[in-house]
Amino acid sequence: MGGSPLRFLKAARLLRVHRNPGTQSSSTRGRADRRVSHLLLHRARRPHPLRTRVALAQCASALLPVGPRRRGESNVEQGSEWCGVPSGLTPNRRPSRTVLRRCREPGAALPGLGETRGICLSPLFYKMWGFLKRPVVVTADINLSLVALTGMGLLSRLWRLTYPRAVVFDEVYYGQYISFYMKRIFFLDDSGPPFGHMVLALGGYLGGFDGNFLWNRIGAEYSSNVPVWSLRLLPALAGALSVPMAYQIVLELHFSHCAAMGAALLMLIENALITQSRLMLLESVLIFFNLLAVLSYLKFFNCQKHSPFSLSWWFWLTLTGVACSCAVGIKYMGVFTYVLVLGVAAVHAWHLIGDQTLSNVCVFCHLLARAVALLVIPVVLYLLFFYVHLILLFRSGPHDQIMSSAFQASLEGGLARITQGQPLEVAFGSQVTLRNVFGKPVPCWLHSHQDTYPMIYENGRGSSHQQQVTCYPFKDVNNWWIVKDPRRHQLVVSSPPRPVRHGDMVQLVHGLTTRSLNTHDVAAPLSPHSQEVSCYIDYNISMPAQNLWRLEIVNRGSDTDVWKTILSEVRFVHVNTSAVLKLSGAHLPDWGYRQLEIVGEKLSRGYHGSTVWNVEEHRYGASQEQREREWELHSPAQVDVSRNLSFMARFSELQWRMLALRSDDSEHKYSSSPLEWVTLDTNIAYWLHPRTSAQIHLLGNIVIWVSGSLALAIYSLLSLWYLLRRRRNVHDLPQDAWLRWVLAGVLCAGGWAVNYLPFFLMEKTLFLYHYLPALTFQILLLPVVLQHISDHLCRSQLQRTVFSALVVAWYSSACHVSNTLRPLTYGDKSLSPHELKALRWKDSWDILIRKH
Amino acid sequence: MLCASCRLLAARACDHAARPAQSPGPRAPLQWRELHFPGYPELPSCDSLAGRLVRQSVPPGRRATRRRGKMPPATGGGLAESKLRPRRGRCGPQAARAACRDVAAEAVARSPKRPARGSRRFEAAGWWALLALVTLLSFATRFHRLDEPPHICWDETHFGKMGSYYINHTFFFDVHPPLGKMLIGLAGYLSGYDGTFLFQKPGDKYEHHSYIGMRGFCAFLGSWLVPFAYLTVLDLSKSLSAALLTAALLTFDTGCLTLSQYILLDPILMFFIMAAMLSMVKYNSCADRPFSAPWWFWLSLTGVSLAGALGVKFVGLFIILQVGLNTIADLWYLFGDLSLSLVTVGKHLTARVLCLIVLPLALYTATFAVHFMVLSKSGPGDGFFSSAFQARLSGNNLHNASIPEHLAYGSVITVKNLRMAIGYLHSHRHLYPEGIGARQQQVTTYLHKDYNNLWIIKKHNTNSDPLDPSFPVEFVRHGDIIRLEHKECPVKKIWRWEQKETSRNLHSHYHEAPLTRKHYQVTGYGINGTGDSNDFWRIEVVNRKFGNRIKVLRSRIRFIHLVTGCVLGSSGKVLPKWGWEQLEVTCTPYLKETLNSIWNVEDHINPKLPNISLDVLQPSFPEMLLESHMVMIRGNSGLKPKDNEFTSKPWHWPINYQGLRFSGVNDTDFRVYLLGNPVVWWLNLLSITLYLLSGSIIAVAMQRGARLPAEVAELSQVLLRGGGQVLLGWTLHYFPFFLMGRVLYFHHYFPAMLFSSMLTGILWDTLLRLCAWGLASWPLARGIHVAGILSLLLGTAYSFYLFHPLAYGMVGPLAQDPQSPMAGLRWLDSWDF
Repeated sequence: MGGSPLRFLKAARLLRVHRNPGTQSSSTRGRADRRVSHLLLHRARRPHPLRTRVALAQCASALLPVGPRRRGESNVEQGSEWCGVPSGLTPNRRPSRTVLRRCREPGAALPGLGETRGICLSPLFYKMWGFLKRPVVVTADINLSLVALTGMGLLSRLWRLTYPRAVVFDEVYYGQYISFYMKRIFFLDDSGPPFGHMVLALGGYLGGFDGNFLWNRIGAEYSSNVPVWSLRLLPALAGALSVPMAYQIVLELHFSHCAAMGAALLMLIENALITQSRLMLLESVLIFFNLLAVLSYLKFFNCQKHSPFSLSWWFWLTLTGVACSCAVGIKYMGVFTYVLVLGVAAVHAWHLIGDQTLSNVCVFCHLLARAVALLVIPVVLYLLFFYVHLILLFRSGPHDQIMSSAFQASLEGGLARITQGQPLEVAFGSQVTLRNVFGKPVPCWLHSHQDTYPMIYENGRGSSHQQQVTCYPFKDVNNWWIVKDPRRHQLVVSSPPRPVRHGDMVQLVHGLTTRSLNTHDVAAPLSPHSQEVSCYIDYNISMPAQNLWRLEIVNRGSDTDVWKTILSEVRFVHVNTSAVLKLSGAHLPDWGYRQLEIVGEKLSRGYHGSTVWNVEEHRYGASQEQREREWELHSPAQVDVSRNLSFMARFSELQWRMLALRSDDSEHKYSSSPLEWVTLDTNIAYWLHPRTSAQIHLLGNIVIWVSGSLALAIYSLLSLWYLLRRRRNVHDLPQDAWLRWVLAGVLCAGGWAVNYLPFFLMEKTLFLYHYLPALTFQILLLPVVLQHISDHLCRSQLQRTVFSALVVAWYSSACHVSNTLRPLTYGDKSLSPHELKALRWKDSWDILIRKH
Repeated sequence: MLCASCRLLAARACDHAARPAQSPGPRAPLQWRELHFPGYPELPSCDSLAGRLVRQSVPPGRRATRRRGKMPPATGGGLAESKLRPRRGRCGPQAARAACRDVAAEAVARSPKRPARGSRRFEAAGWWALLALVTLLSFATRFHRLDEPPHICWDETHFGKMGSYYINHTFFFDVHPPLGKMLIGLAGYLSGYDGTFLFQKPGDKYEHHSYIGMRGFCAFLGSWLVPFAYLTVLDLSKSLSAALLTAALLTFDTGCLTLSQYILLDPILMFFIMAAMLSMVKYNSCADRPFSAPWWFWLSLTGVSLAGALGVKFVGLFIILQVGLNTIADLWYLFGDLSLSLVTVGKHLTARVLCLIVLPLALYTATFAVHFMVLSKSGPGDGFFSSAFQARLSGNNLHNASIPEHLAYGSVITVKNLRMAIGYLHSHRHLYPEGIGARQQQVTTYLHKDYNNLWIIKKHNTNSDPLDPSFPVEFVRHGDIIRLEHKECPVKKIWRWEQKETSRNLHSHYHEAPLTRKHYQVTGYGINGTGDSNDFWRIEVVNRKFGNRIKVLRSRIRFIHLVTGCVLGSSGKVLPKWGWEQLEVTCTPYLKETLNSIWNVEDHINPKLPNISLDVLQPSFPEMLLESHMVMIRGNSGLKPKDNEFTSKPWHWPINYQGLRFSGVNDTDFRVYLLGNPVVWWLNLLSITLYLLSGSIIAVAMQRGARLPAEVAELSQVLLRGGGQVLLGWTLHYFPFFLMGRVLYFHHYFPAMLFSSMLTGILWDTLLRLCAWGLASWPLARGIHVAGILSLLLGTAYSFYLFHPLAYGMVGPLAQDPQSPMAGLRWLDSWDF
């Protein structure tokens, strides 16, 4: 627990002594010892030389929620003093731990513990007495270096945040979604779950953005109604807070204060991270939650050693879960860090299972707590993000078409306006439009029109020359079909309506031409292995009508289910040939107006969306006469039933579509391959000033990138070497140093690996900024490796001094590089072409030079 | 077979009854072990030789040999412990220690009553008889009705055809490595097939062509799967009943049966996979006598099988991965054994590198060498390969050709994209359709050789005929600005519509390309070579200085459009019908150097220049090897499923969701349907779940330090180690498919299915034994195991009886028809037989 500025949390942790005793009975003794020793450790550590001690009595009394708990604390403090360790004398951690161990034995025999339990159960006034006996004092340690780091982080990220007041790079993309949120219009984005967009939108909400801005082009000036500062604030804050968090993480890994400072300072001056945090982009928020997840897990893990099931233990455990799900909620990339944390937690849990000093019940409780916090909470939170997303976005919008009819009907406006009040059950005589469920290549409706298939196709094959049946991606009066009972002639709904059920035989009559849907053993125009589907025209050439279809409801509950508007997914199976009505996905040539081909699929295997249809618009036909019917078809439908989809149904559909949506592999000028990232062979030009040559680039600090990769290589080689030597029973490192080294490696090098290597398997367009999460982990590893070299590989004091000097020189060169690249990071200074050329250190960097 | 197992099990049961329950001391586990493995003498493993030797010196030492060689060591140590205990002193100090132990072990072993020599012989005979029975049954089922149907089934059309290519020495291209098809070709050749059958499409009758040889060869290899699995399980679990169960599952699985009966790569692949697995397991069990002859034998056999598996299909990589993991764990263990000197560990490492890396690689390259040697004639696969590669195929126009070396103005050339399987720059007299860029002549890339691939290289500013002898020869140099004029097809009358014969220039402009919207369109423009400034291209040689001449075949060149600054490239996307499904050519504004935008000059005709022989260009063997791999990988990743198509998903496979139609559709056809025996498959599925459950319970119990009784500890070792090994195999052969983007088929699951069947065998045997142990107080407890195994065996056999028409073929109404013999067996709607 490094130097959290608000130490009162610790005060709160002390309570656990009172709260827990119920959960364990047999092993209370041992547990209690550990607790006492923890208290000792805690007390012993308090007067850290670097920390300023500030009495915050008043403030704390306002902050701490429950009175009696504080009273408990004072009691415990009494108890701990019993142990006889002079509190407040040992200056740092390790000695305090030895104190702790020595103290264990006498602590076990402490009668005081029994008393504290007794106190817990004792009447209230007794506690009051304890409260009255001693004053309530809460002390807070403030780690000034941490404060300074935070301050510098904020300064570097928030300085001139509104500059440039123009759309920069992917802001054009995220901005649209912010506008949609502001206007509450539904959209679908396959790039990630909605939490990230919501975080950005929150900035807009705080700044009072009304969503009125046309995000159409990079470089466009923001109009005055766009609150640029508050829109960019949250990512910038996240970026700034990553700096002190890097410090904390290295400290929690039990490396020195210097190493921790080093990590934070590297984060501070990394140009790519600065650029990425200062704009309306999500990477910095993702990095923030990644680091938070790692940090809180480490805090939790360190709590685990001395005070399981304490309040802070619970807090950090829960926070781990929350941070993980937030990371996943921002981008799917967050899953990688989540998996890493889960993996580390699983290994630790496995060791816990092996710990035979714990009782079975205790182990079970531990596992259960972890499962709840690391598995259940993230899932629930993830659902919550979608819940809020769907609650917020209730209006129909431009992406409606991708969703199913049922989903569209649940949005305000759009399809809902049409379908509201339609009859639910499709009956014989109903007029319907049929939408293909698959929706690829485009969502479309079953359609027919006057034109016939050409007698002979271009490749010489013949057709039936009957009326074309296609799938048409626009609403049209020719999309209306009438469900007819083959045994009767009426095209109207009888009274009472006779609903159509699963397995019923139907004919589908095209509304305007009154020809019925037909398929026969003629090859389809573009898919010769399937049957042609047509609207039957009787040419009297011994080609009889085969227009009977059997209705199969795919998502039915029982065999007597009724065909329902929007909700039912149905297949039409041809009675004569058992072919299934299918959208082939091919575009017909000019004679078919480039509409999509419909075929009868003979070999249908299982479920496929392209053979499944649902009724979208529906009304009961009432007109006997064709002319009346045409008029009726042209007029909008009106009856009344309304439907709403459950959250889970909407969630699963939305999630599925997001994962299944494959945007065309768009090549981009600045796309790059993962191999180029490690050596920083590529950059991205984010913005160019409309007149001068001031420009913003995503360009890393090459010294940090290269040394990060070097550190990684050194770490892997050293680890391999140590591992092999340990296997031969040569222990180069003391056990605790080895464990520290391994844990740091697993989290930092592992974090790099999980955030980097999967990109080699991905087929989507990749950019340099995808590497930033991996880079942060590399930066964390860097000081770890440096400290290790200085502590364990430098033999003499002289070597150590030389090494430190080298590190300082190296760091100043990194600072120098960072400063040199600063104009490209902030874009605040217009450089001359000559200066720009001088900055182009690699040929592959694309720095924009204006030709005058 | 069943009788034998009954007898053995019963014998064991009696023996056990005689034993005092839960007797402490070393004697009990020993005896128990022996009871476990009745009739498991020295034969199948490397112990055979050593075992005999030992027996001579210590006459009735059967128990002792077993104790030292075979036993799964008791709790904890596992393989590790057995390796620690060298068996026959080979290396100095260890020998002494081992000898001491041997004596001790024998002393222990001798104390219980010795089995009579005769009974041991009897057991050995029984063991052999069982193996023979299993093998025989496997062969019988695979060869039964092998000749039916006498027409091409499913992928026989590909692999049979490729077999014929080998017989005819015709070069072809396939996405799989050549070994499998070479073996098929060899089998066909030896069985008298002359390679004349066309293998055009499924359903074609073979008539007088001899196809039985090829099918028989595949069935022969496929039949070995069962005995291999049997032996593997026997070695892993030391239990006959587990091995029998596995063998029965595989013998009676209709899927394995069907897949083994046709000319396909899968039986060959699975043969090598299982051979590798078996030899790996065998060599693991010789680990206590390193560097002995059997050890070397099994180790190198593993290497050979790996080469075979990889040589048939790239799926072989998974078994390589498994063997690799096993080897690494093995070496890691040896490395940690402080009693071994580093030199010894080094020897171990070298042996493995030799046998598992060098040997397979050598064999694998050898198959390619044979492949290149055999296929010496030009054939349908030429266009996929680079120009230099084609030069070695007789019949190809580059073979023994001699062409001018340096490019000059007026040369007629073909330009080939350097990216594999893109083809030649091509243009034809069809225009881009309305609405797609400018309505000018199409420019595409085309994989096959064609007159329309010819272009004339001209100076950008003059239109004079450079071939005019009065002009001196002027070479094209790096950085020159040129014009590429399309040479007209000499056969002019084939086009139906009247159009004046004109030659167009290669042209680009600011219109978006037909498919890749961010690129510019490339067209043919101009009349008789007179166009505009958009026809000018700068020709650049990659990584060269300005002013250099451009060499045929060798120079990697780029064409940069002068006006827009974009680079001529091919996106590799297939154009729709209007573009004759050739590949799109674009001009990319992104100046990244990718192979898509690099070209080389292949044919070169210029009468004014002296020709040089192309033989010098012939690629070396490593280059050819590399190139064919690149082409294969690209071909594999190019097999993408289309939208609106029914494709098989990996999650369908273990649940046996859908089969594959091998032959026949209608009720009148002879139908063969590749579908796993649902009883077997669903049992496998259940077993995997049960295994994970029981395995994790045991693992947690052990981690919690629970003291398991000796028998349970031993059984759980079998479950965790043997089962774990097999489960790893299943995982490695199944889950990678989820990551693959290519088209997947049901039959891809079969290697994984073999592993899951082995898991089933081990799991049920162990569970039943545990059950019997748990109920030891109950008088009939022993019977549970026997009854359980028997009912599983009989159940599988009965389900095979029900489903065998799937594999052996059925005629008559489809299964949904109540008249059909298969009616009632269509348990899932998605099965269509």
